[in-house]
Order: sequence, then structure tokens, then C-alpha cells
Amino acid sequence: MNATAKSREASAELQQEAHWGYVLRLADTSLVLGQRLAEWIGHAPALEEELALANISLDLIGQARLLLTYAGELEGRGRDEDALAFLRDAPEFCNLALAEQPNGDFAHTIVRQWLIDAWQLEMYVALEHSSDTRLAAIAAKALRETRYHYRFSRGWLIRLGDGTAESHERMQRALDALWRFTAELFTPDQVDEHMSERGIAPSLPELAPRWSARVEEDVRMASLARPAAPPYPWHGKRGVHTEHLGHLLGEMQHLQRTYPGARW
Amino acid sequence: MSEADWPLFEVFIRSRSGLEHKHVGSVHAADARMAIEHARDVYTRRQEGVSLWVVRSADIVASDPEEADALFEPARDKVYRHPTFYAIPEEVKNL
Repeated sequence: MNATAKSREASAELQQEAHWGYVLRLADTSLVLGQRLAEWIGHAPALEEELALANISLDLIGQARLLLTYAGELEGRGRDEDALAFLRDAPEFCNLALAEQPNGDFAHTIVRQWLIDAWQLEMYVALEHSSDTRLAAIAAKALRETRYHYRFSRGWLIRLGDGTAESHERMQRALDALWRFTAELFTPDQVDEHMSERGIAPSLPELAPRWSARVEEDVRMASLARPAAPPYPWHGKRGVHTEHLGHLLGEMQHLQRTYPGARW
Repeated sequence: MSEADWPLFEVFIRSRSGLEHKHVGSVHAADARMAIEHARDVYTRRQEGVSLWVVRSADIVASDPEEADALFEPARDKVYRHPTFYAIPEEVKNL
């Protein structure tokens, strides 16, 4: 094999790895956020809200299943959705660090949800036109769900932000606390750039202003103040996580880790 | 905010285009918009419908059960009001 062929093969391998890595990132953000929302079951402030959170959780886990299955196929090492969800450790997870942040009070849950819903909305709108038709089909399905999620979280953001003195203060506190994780949403790395060059993924810097304008408008409607502090660039999608992910996985993976292959 | 502060809304679902909305239950919500969302989340999880109505329970005027005799009993012996006394010609279909 000559040098050109070798380097072409190496580059194809890199592309392949970027592709499966990219799909895995989308999957993990949906999975981890879905797991977080499921923690509200039995604890939500009202029966109707509990069902709403559980519905959103199930939508997200449904997205994660499609994406994980696809990621497993792209990886080509025989790992299915369950193997990827239940048998990886925290450093192998590549969800946005924002998604793994604890539920906190209802305000934290809503702000986290709204920030990610607005992000997923932009992502899925763009991914619907991906050159990867399988990913485009998953995005099209997820987009319908995400539009409702955003309607829900934005509705609560505005109600509570523009509600009582206490609800306003709690929402502002949640926004201030979670804002630092937003830099990661639109900071591209090599994987993002590879995917964007191949027309598989959108260019993150191009999406950023749309998200920013949406967030700005919602924050204004909710009578909240957009935090001035520059967000710190976390690297959840590269496996660098806050300490919260390990605890979440401990609970989520407990059954499969203790009783490998258990089914019902 | 607790659920106890939220007024009750009655929920009506149209299961398919062309059919009427039917009462399915109720939800608590702060306002009508939230009531629609709650109704969606509580009552349409299994594709039960294509359209939702909500109405504040307090806005529904109901007949008094005490007056049921006066209101409904008089109809009991008027069997001729049922359209069962007509002979329907063979040729007429879909009446």
C-alpha cells in the first residue's frame, strides 16, 4: 500500500470515528436529560406537570434509543442501544454538561430544559436537511417532539420569571447558575467541523446567533436578566463532566451492572 | 403555587375528524392555555384525539339532580318520539 492510499484510509477511519462520535453526542444529551426528568416522577409539583415531565422524558429517551442504535451501527463493534446506554462509564459519555446538571428546584429544571430545548430546536431543524438520511429522519421525528418541549419549558420560564417575587428570584438564580454551561452548546471542535464539512451536521457558529436571539427574546418576556458572566467552556461532549454525571449513571445503570443482561 | 390554587377545567376530545368532542375528564391549570397543555399531557398520551376543548368547570351550568324527576320523567311514556314507527323502504339505504 502506498503512502497516499494509507493516508486516505487513515482519514476514512477518522471520518468514521467522527461520524459515530457525533451521533453519540446527540444520543447522550437526550438520554441524560431524559433520565434527569424521570427523576421527577413521584415528586413533581402537580399531577399534570408530572405527566408532562414524564412525557418529555420518554420523548428524549425515544430519541436516544434511535440515535444510540445508529451510533452502535456506525461504530461497527456490535454494541446495541443497551450496551451503549448501560455499559459505558462517565468519561465515555459525551452529552452536553448542561444536560447532567441536577434537577434542583422546579426553576432549575425548567431553565435547563428551556436552554436545551432551544438548542435542540436549532439542531434538529438543521439536521432535518442532513446529507445523512438516517440522521435526517431521526431529526424530523425529534423535531416535532422538541417543538412541544420548547413550548412547555418556555411557557414555564415566562410564567415563573414574570410571576411572583419568589418565583422570579428562583428563576433568575437558576439562570445564573446554569448559564456557565451554555458556551459548550455552540463551540465547535474537530468532530463538529468534520461533520459540518461533510454536510452531515450544521455549522455551530452559524446556529449560535439564532439560538441567542431566541433566548434573548424569551428572557425579556420572562422579565429575567441574561447573565453577564461569560460562560465557561465545559467539554461534556469530549467526556469531561461535572461530578453529577457519575451519580446519575450509578442509578441509571445499576440494574444492568448488577444483573448483566437482565430483561423483563 | 400549588395545585389547590388552580381552577378546574373540563376536557373534551375529538377523537377523529368529523366526530364530536366528548368529555373525558378534568385537569387543574392556572389558565386556559395551561389547561390545553395539561389536557394534552394527561389525556392524549395514546393518540386519543386530534382536537381538544377545555372549559372552566365553574362556567358549566348543570341541571339540578333534585329536579331530575320533573325534567326527565315526563319523557318516559312518550315512546312515539322514537323514530321506530316508520316502515323504511328497501331501496333506502343509509337513513
